[in-house]
Amino acid sequence: MDDKEVKAMREDIRIQLEEFEKDRGRLVPILQMIQQRHAYLDPCAIKLVAGHLGIPTCEVYGVATFYNQFRFHPPGKHHIKVCLGTACHVRGGDIILENFERKLGICDGETTPDREFSIERVACVGCCALAPVAVVDETVQGHMAPSKVEGLILGFQIQKEKDDREKQKSAASQ
Amino acid sequence: MRLPNSKNLNQDFNHIRDEAKRRQLSYREADGPRIQIGMATCGIASGALETKQAFEEILAERKIKGHIRTVGCIGHCYAEPVVIIDHPESGFPPIFYHNVTPGKARMLVKAFLEDGDPIFEHVLGAMSENDLIPSVMDFPRFNQEKRIVLEKCGHIDPEDIYEYIAEGGYETLVTALRMEPDDIVEEVRNSGLRGRGGAGFPTGRKWKFARTGESSNRVIICNADEGDPGAYMDRTILESNPHQVLEGMIIGAYALEANKGIIYVRAEYPLAVKMVSRAIAQAEELGILGRNILHSGFDLDIEVFQGSGAFVCGEETALIRSIEGCRGMPHFRPPYPVQKGLRGHPTVVNNVKTLATIPPILSQGAAWFRGIGTASTPGTAVFSVVGDVVHAGLVEIPMGATLRTLIFDTCGGIPNKRKFKAVQIGGPSGGCLPAEFLDTPIDFDSLTEAGAMMGSGGMVVMDENACMVDVSRYFLDFTQKESCGKCTFCRIGTFQLLRILERITKGEGRDGDLEQLMLLSEDIKKGSLCGLGKTAPNPVLTSLRYFRDEYEAHVIEKRCPAGMCRALTAFYIDLEKCARGCDACVGSCPVEAIFTTRDRKKGVDQSLCVKCGECMVACPPEYDAVRKVSPPTLAPLVERPNEG
Repeated sequence: MDDKEVKAMREDIRIQLEEFEKDRGRLVPILQMIQQRHAYLDPCAIKLVAGHLGIPTCEVYGVATFYNQFRFHPPGKHHIKVCLGTACHVRGGDIILENFERKLGICDGETTPDREFSIERVACVGCCALAPVAVVDETVQGHMAPSKVEGLILGFQIQKEKDDREKQKSAASQ
Repeated sequence: MRLPNSKNLNQDFNHIRDEAKRRQLSYREADGPRIQIGMATCGIASGALETKQAFEEILAERKIKGHIRTVGCIGHCYAEPVVIIDHPESGFPPIFYHNVTPGKARMLVKAFLEDGDPIFEHVLGAMSENDLIPSVMDFPRFNQEKRIVLEKCGHIDPEDIYEYIAEGGYETLVTALRMEPDDIVEEVRNSGLRGRGGAGFPTGRKWKFARTGESSNRVIICNADEGDPGAYMDRTILESNPHQVLEGMIIGAYALEANKGIIYVRAEYPLAVKMVSRAIAQAEELGILGRNILHSGFDLDIEVFQGSGAFVCGEETALIRSIEGCRGMPHFRPPYPVQKGLRGHPTVVNNVKTLATIPPILSQGAAWFRGIGTASTPGTAVFSVVGDVVHAGLVEIPMGATLRTLIFDTCGGIPNKRKFKAVQIGGPSGGCLPAEFLDTPIDFDSLTEAGAMMGSGGMVVMDENACMVDVSRYFLDFTQKESCGKCTFCRIGTFQLLRILERITKGEGRDGDLEQLMLLSEDIKKGSLCGLGKTAPNPVLTSLRYFRDEYEAHVIEKRCPAGMCRALTAFYIDLEKCARGCDACVGSCPVEAIFTTRDRKKGVDQSLCVKCGECMVACPPEYDAVRKVSPPTLAPLVERPNEG
């Protein structure tokens, strides 16, 4: 993330914070709002929130790290959530997670260096009848199998190459 | 409390109800076929959006004037996407179709809507009794259920309050608003309703208790923080019929004289959050919620709070802390939240299903409710039955039915002719019950006695391929991560339990491990404050009690009888059966561990194999050459020929 992006984010958060009362009870909704708009909680965001509510930064961190929802690193363009609920576990959810990890060369909770993909393990997305399940970019993929993992990632890669080629083409024609 | 003028109340509501009935009638009497698609999360995950789009396109293309209506989840997750087509001109009753893909949707429009052929091979059943098609009510999955909470789920559009009202919704609220709050509490107490969140505390008693304390600023909270991995009843109810929960909550608030309500929903359930928020807005618009509800003089403001995903926040004191903007850590009770809860005010926390049961109880009476289920636990139980079971999904059955009826009759038993091994009830706090306990009646006391617990309604059925040690390890892994860290025994004890279990599943079990597990489990139970720690060792204790031989096989023989623990299994290819020249398994292997031997058969490189089992799926059934063995030393060694 470059300075310009961070600056824009800070500005946006500052404006949004005006909407919230300076009440400790608003802390979780504020963090949720920031994550929804910026996909993760940057250290600067945490400081801004602490300043707004008049509580120490460590308090905000304490709350934010307690809950599974909050992320502290920017996710990839394609965010992959692998469900490890009971039904998915019984049907081999960990094998699916492992396949994603191996295929992308990152562990759960990490983002690929090119910021294309990130993996997250989630407790249950509530689609147990379709186990094992992965959620890729908000689309629930039921009945996952290692071969399906390959197919999904290959699909994204082909799409990216196609986009790149088109970009180059349009750049060349201009 | 001043009782409202009943005449005004009636008039107000009659207008709304007339409008609802008018809308229902105009829909029913409209020309053309009516297509109803289930669109809750599970339906969407199975492709209901694509199916809906296919219907829209083909109807437009064929110039058929049809009506597409989206409803919630009917609970039959195995059959999603579910479509019900009502085509009166064809002479058939409304028909229930299962697994409707976009292709099937196009076919149905052409064959059924245009040519009047309902295509029998895709029909699950008719929605009403008739002479042409067997009714769905002939199937055990339908007729053994007793729907009180789920009654309207999957039949009404959750985004339209009028649909709920047309089906008799909010009428109980009107009746309740004319009653004395104490009488409502008394009625709920008489019904014997016990909280459906898991602990089974009598709801009426909780309410009465709350009424005895300080009277100002009471709060009612609907607990929809469904953290149990493998359970999704609350989500489905909120997505498919949010108004029934809302109605129960308004009645509850009136009975408690609370003016503030909070629905605590997991943020991981975006559709449920959307549906509930919309339901609240619609109810406010019609004056059913907000200031001076239906001119009764009673005010109630309900807001949605999104839970950020912490299992422990299902515990009421932790939930309250979380709303206050703190880490969701439970605190000692007493004082109970009903005395001193949210920001120090008396707070009643009720589960989604508990609140959704309130309107039926008040409309049909406590005696009616007592007539369902058992004496100690009247009413029904809503389970999400998942795992190795044929008709997975949401099931609502009367309390007291046995596990056997539920799993084998209602849900169709175990698929693929495998044997039943265990059923896990109550999620991470519950336990695994073996086949001997299949005749246990389902109610709070019987299940607790057997070592499991009712829980909020998650039920995972496991066949013979499930390893009990691995399942215990899985749950411990979950509770260990979710432990809030307040109590030492829960924080460190679960970590140690997990370490031992991990060792055992890796084949590094030692003498005395099992005794250590027992000792530690008892200590964690004693040394923890809240339900999470008190019940965290349950999966270990029950599986040790009922499946001790499996643990011993792991520890002593370093063998996993079910073949689930990957460190203790190996895959190999039976050279007798392997076909020369077939490459199916090679292509399926994600790590290129399968190689071709000199005589063009296949071998597995054990050092590369990750034991995902894909080769076993890929191997054509006529060869069936891939074998799984435990312990791994049983796999014959096949050498990889030197390259070139």
